[in-house]
Amino acid sequence: MESIKTLKLTKKYKDTIAVDRLDLTVKRGELFALLGINGAGKTTTIKMLCGLTRPTDGDALILGKSVLSEMVEIKRLIGVSPQETAVALGLTVKENLELICGINKMPLEKATELCNTFGLNGVFGKKAGKLSGGFQRRLSIAMSLINEPEILFLDEPTLGLDVIARSELWDTIRSLKGKVTVILTTHYMEEAEALSDRIGIMKSGRLLTIGTADELKQKAEAEKFEDAFVKIVKGDIS
Amino acid sequence: MIYFAKRNLKEIIRDPLTVLFGLGFPVVILLLLTAIQSNIPVSMFELSHLTPGIAVFGLSFMTLFSATLISRDRETAFLQRLFTTPLTAADFILGYTLPILPLSVLQCVITFIVAIILGLKITIGILYCTVFIIPVSIFYIALGLLCGSLLSVKQTGGICGALLTNLSAWFSGIWFDINLIGGVFKKIANALPFIHAVELERAVLKGELLSALPHLIIVLIYATAILCLAVFSFLRKMKQA
Repeated sequence: MESIKTLKLTKKYKDTIAVDRLDLTVKRGELFALLGINGAGKTTTIKMLCGLTRPTDGDALILGKSVLSEMVEIKRLIGVSPQETAVALGLTVKENLELICGINKMPLEKATELCNTFGLNGVFGKKAGKLSGGFQRRLSIAMSLINEPEILFLDEPTLGLDVIARSELWDTIRSLKGKVTVILTTHYMEEAEALSDRIGIMKSGRLLTIGTADELKQKAEAEKFEDAFVKIVKGDIS
Repeated sequence: MIYFAKRNLKEIIRDPLTVLFGLGFPVVILLLLTAIQSNIPVSMFELSHLTPGIAVFGLSFMTLFSATLISRDRETAFLQRLFTTPLTAADFILGYTLPILPLSVLQCVITFIVAIILGLKITIGILYCTVFIIPVSIFYIALGLLCGSLLSVKQTGGICGALLTNLSAWFSGIWFDINLIGGVFKKIANALPFIHAVELERAVLKGELLSALPHLIIVLIYATAILCLAVFSFLRKMKQA
């Protein structure tokens, strides 16, 4: 069953085409990574899929519902953790989680449950603004899971984190595998390779190729995934 | 919406500068000018004339609070997260406006309590003042919504913190009689809502509700227009997130 199906999804900003006729299918329960260099169109794609910006052309179906006409219903089915830290800095961890519980009409116990899952118990009463970058990201992802979404969008979840914080966050993301469909955008090759079931590589708004990390390495005739990525992006494959 | 409004209230009152400037600054000015008045009597600074003006001037800080809160939410992508939740445009507008309204009324009440301690006569007019401060507050909060939707946190500090407080001070007739300057300055002052907000409060303090009406109408027109502009700008930002 498909979680996401984009149909010639396009976004234009004046003279720039940010996303160009994107056709993409993501299966239910899959962890799918959109990989690309800066300006590839990953974030714009995510923004269109979660209703933050309207496509200029084409459409996308989220669990069969159109982003053009059924966004209200879609918002109840998705969770989003934006690229930048999106937490209320003046509120405590508990208050941040309870705020999202309230907005989504979820029981407040859900806040405690997610605190346990994400190892936030030790900082439950601490203000979000006082947390380290790693904890803020963990909180941000926990907040995006409050409404028990069927699809979770993680936009550059480990950007700017140190190695330890990134590794801990990878464990957290791995723990979600199979439970929800995860769409991850990243420009870290190793992250895409380590976490994803399938990877889509984007450049200049277009989807260049799609497959598992092994399939992409095979296609590019490269031993390392990073080399495969470079070959694909540079167009050095037949 | 109630959870969102509660969050906004918490964010505002947890900032010590808010409490200091929002509630303390008008009181300090009132104390200072009353001290001057006791040494060099000026009719402009008599409590019955000065207090309504200070109550209105204090609201310019509410503009700063609401604008800063929104622009900060925009800059930290927190608003982007909320745009992906079931919150509607109306939830956002009310969620940002409602928590500041009781703060505005509280600021007005504190200003009048201090004025009473300093010698202002207790009349029904004080009650009218706290009621009629609501439409004035809506104008100032809407101005904050508008600035917060359009400006960055840094710009908000400059525009709302410096420009607006100056506009509100110069064109309101709180500190000097606009008639003494007259001419174009007077025309500009009368075209803006600040002086009408102050005259509205002065009139209702005297219990002259009928003479307050023209000023109330002007304040309401401005409040409605700015609120509509703010909603329009906010909705545009929602679509462009």
